[in-house]
Amino acid sequence: MAGAAQYSDERAREIIAAHMGLEGPALPILHALQAEFGYVPDSAVKEMATALNISRAEMHGVVTFYHDFHSAPHGRHTLKICRAESCQSMGAEKQANDFLARQKLEWHQTTPDGSLTVEPVYCLGLCAHSPAALYDGEPIGQVDAATLDEIVAEAKGE
Amino acid sequence: MTKIYIPLDMAAVAMGADRLAAAVAKEAAARGQQVEIVRNGSRGMLWLEPLIEVETPAGRVGYGPAKVKDVASLFDAGFLTGGAHALSIGVVEEHPWMKRQNRFTFVRCGVIDPLSVADYEAHDGFKGLKRAFEIGSAAIVDEVAKSGLRGRGGAGFPTGIKWKTVADCAPGQKYVVVNADEGDSGTFADRMIMEGDPLSLIEGMTICGYAIGASKGYVYLRSEYPVVAKVFQAAIEKARDAGWLGQNIKGSGFDFDVELRIGAGAYVCGEETSLLESLEGKRGIVRAKPPLPAHVGLFGKPTVVNNVLSMATVPMILEKGAKHYADLGVGRSRGTMPLQIAGNVKFGGLFETDFGIPLGTIVNDIAGGTRTGRPVKAVQVGGPLGAYVPVSLFDLPFDYEAFAAKDSLIGHGGLVVFDDTIDMLWMARFGMEFCAIESCGKCTPCRIGSTRGVETIDKIRNGQDVEKNIELLKDLCHTMKFGSLCALGGFAPYPVESALRHFPEDFRKSALEAAE
Repeated sequence: MAGAAQYSDERAREIIAAHMGLEGPALPILHALQAEFGYVPDSAVKEMATALNISRAEMHGVVTFYHDFHSAPHGRHTLKICRAESCQSMGAEKQANDFLARQKLEWHQTTPDGSLTVEPVYCLGLCAHSPAALYDGEPIGQVDAATLDEIVAEAKGE
Repeated sequence: MTKIYIPLDMAAVAMGADRLAAAVAKEAAARGQQVEIVRNGSRGMLWLEPLIEVETPAGRVGYGPAKVKDVASLFDAGFLTGGAHALSIGVVEEHPWMKRQNRFTFVRCGVIDPLSVADYEAHDGFKGLKRAFEIGSAAIVDEVAKSGLRGRGGAGFPTGIKWKTVADCAPGQKYVVVNADEGDSGTFADRMIMEGDPLSLIEGMTICGYAIGASKGYVYLRSEYPVVAKVFQAAIEKARDAGWLGQNIKGSGFDFDVELRIGAGAYVCGEETSLLESLEGKRGIVRAKPPLPAHVGLFGKPTVVNNVLSMATVPMILEKGAKHYADLGVGRSRGTMPLQIAGNVKFGGLFETDFGIPLGTIVNDIAGGTRTGRPVKAVQVGGPLGAYVPVSLFDLPFDYEAFAAKDSLIGHGGLVVFDDTIDMLWMARFGMEFCAIESCGKCTPCRIGSTRGVETIDKIRNGQDVEKNIELLKDLCHTMKFGSLCALGGFAPYPVESALRHFPEDFRKSALEAAE
C-alpha cells in the first residue's frame, strides 16, 4: 500500500482500543491494522492478544487463517488476478502464467523493486466479463496481456 | 434537467463506468447542458455495460456498451432526447432480454437510485416491513413459509422453517446474520442486489428481526467486493438517517440495527458455521451440526443465517403475499431464480426467471452461446463445487430436484459456460486444488482428500496406472462426499465426478498419446 504508516505499539493500541466496543472485534481490528501499516506486524498481534485476553498462539492462529492478512509488508501496489472457473473459461490460467513468466514472478511474490505484489484471487464477481483482475481495489473486466503489462509499468513508474 | 443513469455496479465500473460518468458530466458542462447523473445498479445486461440510460418521455433509452470515446458522438446524436446512435438499444424495458424475464427480487435493481430512500419508497420499498409490523411475528413466519422460499446459497433449505425455529426459541438475545460471502465463481447476484438495491436487504433483515425477536443484524461480506462495501455501508447510514433502522423504527416500538462486517479472503467462511466463527473473531473453522445455528448460533445465541437473495426477496413476499410467490415456479422449486450467466458466453448477465426453464434454453438462447463462437462443451452449474453438465443433458429443467436426480446441483443459480477447448481433467484438478487451498483443515476427508486428489489426478495426467488411479480418485471422492463435515469437502467431488462421468476421454488422453 502506498503511504503506509510506520508501525508503533502505541498506534496499534489506539487502533485496537477504538474497536473494543464491537462484538467479536478481531477481524475489524486486523483490517484496520493492515489498512494503517500495510501489514499486520507480529508486535501488533501481541498487543491484540493482550487486549482480547487470549493467548498469543490463539491470536496467531486467527491471523494466519485468513488469506488477506500478511505478516510482512507487500509491494506498494497489489494486483489480484482471478483464477476461478469463469475466468479460466476465457483463458485466464494461460494468460496469468504467461504474465508471471514475463515478469519472472510466482504467485504471492513482489517485484524486486518493491512496486507490485501479484496475488491470485478466486472470483471477483465479474464473471460476465472474464477474465478479471483487481488493481489496488480497482476492478478491471476483460483483462488482457497488454493491460497486465501496463499495470506493471504504472506501478513501477510511481 | 435531463436525468442520466450510469451504473455504479462493480462490473460496470470494471468496464469503465466511473470514467464514463466523469466524461459525461464534463461534456455536458462544456456544452451548457443541464444533466443530473444518477449512479444506479445494473440492469443485468452485463455485456452492454457500461449502459447509459437517458430519461425521455418515451421511457428510459439505453446506450451501451459506452466508452469515454463515445461521449462526444452521443451528445452530437442528441442522446439527451433519445436520439439515434450506433450504441442505442432503444427503450430498455422493451429490450428482449428484459421482456423475457420475471423480475421479482431484482425488480428495482438498475431502476432506482440505490442510495435514495425516497426513490426506494417511491418504488414500493418498505411496504413489506409496514405490513410485517401490522400482522406480527407468527403471521410473518407463516407467510414466508407458505411462499415456499428456499435458501439461495446452494442448499435450498426452506427459509420459513429456519425462521420458525429461531422465533420459537425463548426470548432473549438473538441475531440475524446475512451471508454475503459470495465466493463462488460464476455468481454475482448478491453483489448486484447489494449495489443496486441495498435497502431491500436492509428491509428484509428488519422484517426477519421483527419476526424472530432480534435487535441486531450482521452482514458478512467478502473482502473481494470493495465496491459493495462502500455502497452498502452508505445504504445503512441512509436507512438510519431516515428512521428505518435504529430505535423505535417508525413508531413501531421495535429497535433494530445492521452492521457490515468484512471477511478476509477465506472461501470456507461462506459455510454458515464457519462464517459465525469468523464473525466471532476466530479462525473460520466449521462447527459440527447439531446444534443448528438456529438454536446455538452467533455468540451461542439463536441465529437466522440467510443468503442475501433470500433475505432481499422477503419484503416483496410480505408486500405481495405468499401466494403470489408460491404460484411461480415448478414442483418444490417455488418462485423465481436469478440466473447468473457467466464464463464463455455472448450475453452474460443476470436473468431472473421462474424455475423450470431448460438448461439448453438458458445457454444457447438467452446467453447466445459462446463468446468465442466455438461449440459449448460443458456448463458448470452452481459454483466451483457444482457439477459439469454436458450438452447431452441440456433438456434438464432448472429446478432443485431435477438437477439432484442427475447428481448435479443448481446451487445459487450461477452458470459458467465452457467451449470445446476446455480440458476437463484440468478442471477436475483445479476443483481439488481449490478445495485443498481453501479447506479449513478441521476434518480429514476434506483436508487430506483434496491434496491426495490433486496428486492422483496428476498421476492420471502423466499416464501412470490410469485406470487404477481413476478408481482411487472415485474412492477419494466417495470418502470426501460422505465423510466431510461441511459442504466444502462434501461437494468438491461434484465437479470431479461429473468430469469423470461425462468426459471420460479427457482422463485417458495421456494413455492414448503414449500409445500413439
